Amino acid sequence: MSIVSFLAHFFGKDDELSSKNIAKERLRLVLVHDRLDISESIMENLREDLIATIGKYMEIDTSALEVSLSREVDGVALLANIPIVNVRRTS
Amino acid sequence: MGKVIVITSGKGGVGKTTTTANLGTALAMFDKKVVMVDTDIGLRNLDVVLGLENRIVYDIVDAVRGNCRLNQALIKDKRFENMFLLPAAQTKDKTAVTEDQMVELCDKLKDEFDFVIIDCPAGIEHGFRNAIAGAEEAIVVTTPEVSAVRDADRIIGLLEAAEVRSPRLIINRIRTNMVQTGDMMSVDDILSILAVELLGIVPDDDAIIISTNRGEPTVMDDASLPGQAYRNIAHRLCGEEVPLMTLTPKKNSFFSRLKSLFSGE
Repeated sequence: MSIVSFLAHFFGKDDELSSKNIAKERLRLVLVHDRLDISESIMENLREDLIATIGKYMEIDTSALEVSLSREVDGVALLANIPIVNVRRTS
Repeated sequence: MGKVIVITSGKGGVGKTTTTANLGTALAMFDKKVVMVDTDIGLRNLDVVLGLENRIVYDIVDAVRGNCRLNQALIKDKRFENMFLLPAAQTKDKTAVTEDQMVELCDKLKDEFDFVIIDCPAGIEHGFRNAIAGAEEAIVVTTPEVSAVRDADRIIGLLEAAEVRSPRLIINRIRTNMVQTGDMMSVDDILSILAVELLGIVPDDDAIIISTNRGEPTVMDDASLPGQAYRNIAHRLCGEEVPLMTLTPKKNSFFSRLKSLFSGE
């Protein structure tokens, strides 16, 4: 860090290093985790909506469908494994 | 028919009891008939913040169990004749009151009062569920710290799950100087994270500690900045539109001049 950027940070430039931006970013991630923990029903609703939407285009094996969340250090990913049985013919 | 409003936060020490005392007192100053209910059984504190600790005879557990009539347990404030406190029990078990008893209690109180303000204990356990059981509205208090904002988010989720209508937020202990230097989350930062309606902002101020020392809520002091903030919030609870307080940092001539030099303001 150069002396100028250090001073700019020290005297209130709203840069990435300001501690409030660190706080915001940490909160954003922790709340994604927290909110998913609270509402288990979200995953069930999502699963049903996925089946309904994809089912319009493809015949899928709903019994083997898996929807899960993958938690990594820098984020959370939604993983869906959807086996296709048949694709509907487009007219 | 009055309104039952619960003041909650999840995290302890963010100012629930101070907020309850000041909003209750301000509403009483505006000629509303107010009762404040301390539901923090075993950790009673609203009485000392209001300066009413020497007047307690019966408490909330006595009232719900019928050891006394409800009116006997209500402490009438001598400064404002339309302001009352229902104190928590200090010696009894946390589970001494049930959710059904709280609903019944709130129903009785709202027949008699314009505002029933419930001071909720910290946490999300029995005491929290009791405090929200009879409430129609909720005010969530937070401070600009990661721990308090995180807990506020959790509480907002739990309130929604319990169907307590659209909670509103008070951001307490704002330090304008730190917000300016980027070392404290601003009101907008917190609102962008929590996505909830803002009810008011309260600056961090020594006046709160002094007023608590004396047992006189800071809204009684015309010159107090947090007092003004709480009076504004109380006006909003009465349905009036009051603009948010503008918080200006305390002047620190040397640093503020240096700061403006570097930030080009």
